[in-house]
Amino acid sequence: MSLVSQSRLPIMPIFTTILISTSAFDVQPSWDLKADFQQLFAYHFMQTAFLAGTLIALIAGFVGYFMVLRGQSFAGHTLANVGFAGAAGAVLLGWSPVLGLLTCCIAAAIGIGVLSGQHEQTQWEQGVAIGTIHTFVLSLGLLFVHLSSSSNAAGIYSILFGAVLGISDRDVMVIALTTVVTLLGLIAIARPLLFASIDPEVALARGVPVRLLDNTFLVLLAFAVAQSVQVVGVLLIFALLVTPAAIAQQITAHPTFAVGLSVFLALVFTWLGLAIAYFTPYPVGFFITSLAFGTYVLVRLFKLVPWMKR
Amino acid sequence: MTNLITLLVHTPLLLLNLVQDLHDMLSLDFMRYAFLAGTPIAIVCGLVGYFVVLRDLTFATEALAHVTFTGALLAVVVGSDALLGLFGVTVIVALGISVLGTRAQVKDVEVGTVLAWILGLGALCLSIYTSQSSGGNSTIGVNYLFGSLFGLQAQQAKLVAVIGIGIIVVLLVITRPLLFASLDPEVARTRGVPVQGISAVFMLLVALTIAQAVPAVGALLNSALIVTPAAIAHRLVARPFVALFLSAGLSLAFVWIGLIIGFYAPYPVSFLISTLAFVTYVAVVTWQWLSTASLSRLVNKT
Repeated sequence: MSLVSQSRLPIMPIFTTILISTSAFDVQPSWDLKADFQQLFAYHFMQTAFLAGTLIALIAGFVGYFMVLRGQSFAGHTLANVGFAGAAGAVLLGWSPVLGLLTCCIAAAIGIGVLSGQHEQTQWEQGVAIGTIHTFVLSLGLLFVHLSSSSNAAGIYSILFGAVLGISDRDVMVIALTTVVTLLGLIAIARPLLFASIDPEVALARGVPVRLLDNTFLVLLAFAVAQSVQVVGVLLIFALLVTPAAIAQQITAHPTFAVGLSVFLALVFTWLGLAIAYFTPYPVGFFITSLAFGTYVLVRLFKLVPWMKR
Repeated sequence: MTNLITLLVHTPLLLLNLVQDLHDMLSLDFMRYAFLAGTPIAIVCGLVGYFVVLRDLTFATEALAHVTFTGALLAVVVGSDALLGLFGVTVIVALGISVLGTRAQVKDVEVGTVLAWILGLGALCLSIYTSQSSGGNSTIGVNYLFGSLFGLQAQQAKLVAVIGIGIIVVLLVITRPLLFASLDPEVARTRGVPVQGISAVFMLLVALTIAQAVPAVGALLNSALIVTPAAIAHRLVARPFVALFLSAGLSLAFVWIGLIIGFYAPYPVSFLISTLAFVTYVAVVTWQWLSTASLSRLVNKT
């Protein structure tokens, strides 16, 4: 039973996992839930996928709430894309991808903080600073891929779209470690950050270090993104960050409930997405984003219905 | 790709004789196509970009640029022409954004949520596409992601040039009301400017600009030409028309210089262009920061 599907593409050794196709196992869902669960967790790679997915959903739901609250979706998206350059650069230099991801994302977070936060910035200047860094770092990624001898499609795709079914035990350890660090950091600054996010002027007047919190949050966001990129991919981690939080914000205004709901939704989408993807030949990322987006649309539609407005 | 190989075979040398260098460059077909397509793309991106920044649509533009990737792959998977899907999907999403935006300013969460799903859809199309063309060339996707000015065919270059000129004409026709509606929508509405209609037309123009630039500069990188030159222009001058043309001029300069360096150096042109833009932007920001810093020091002394 070959893990790698029969594609003749040249593949970077480190990213072979993209082509793992679950359809190779020929699994069929039945109505017997117990048997389904046994099937789902029969393979080690599914166990690690669930473990890593759970950790990532946890952190993405939590960090995502603040990201959405602060209107920093664009920054989150950019940091996720920056991961592409990080991973490609690490491959070029022979580093571990995680190291490249962390370095690049944190550098970009600091760059965004510096470029967009000098003096009183209007809204568009922040967006522009983020957008400019975004394209520049992506083009750096293109350069790295171009320079590394094996500039091939599969390598690029695996960084962009992730390889959730090819996570090693060591990856899980790294993810667990960064999750704990990020969670602790976020919990430590949660209260002042909430204050600074909702009303920066009043917070500043009360002596809350708003600028410092801004930058710390960006770095935490970078941390959360960098560790998740390997699993759901550069382009899709963003879905776990933004959509559960957006749904939570639609449903409740209470911060604690909203954070809880956002984490819960991120977990549910990830688990369901992984389970569905296991039984179908299509990518996990598609199911996770579609579940999330479908729920978001439903919630928005429900809010439009008159009897819900009371 | 093949063009890059030709380029390497030719190994052009910089002679520092301008006439001879120019002659060398333009004697090659792919260079002529690159200039033919690159020039209108640069001008259009610069002009449209000015309004994108003015209306604070950076994230929406970036999202649209990513959408083109899904559009192209979707069309290929369905069995239709990639260009058709690219234009179709981008225009539909752009109109969707402008409809969302009619109620109020489009929120960045909304753009983000839609973008996330479209990217998921792109992942699906990609997986279907790679399994369909088992072992074939999946490079089509990568070409759409990063684009290649040197990889354009004659027909593509001409199409890009024609669409580009069309966009410029429409944009110049609506420039005055668009400017008015962007700077002060309330006053413009009371003066009888159709703000709603103009913003829809503008989103359409943004979509077309992005879609036509994708084969050349790629889905991931084409906002380098839209956002960055405009951002530099906005920082340097306040007068709208000067800034508008400065933005187009900068964008054109980045593309031309990028193409010329790319002709001699073995690096991707898209990378060169966005690096030129980024470095210029950082230089301008730093210079402005230094001058305000020294100014405030001067004020403090006296």
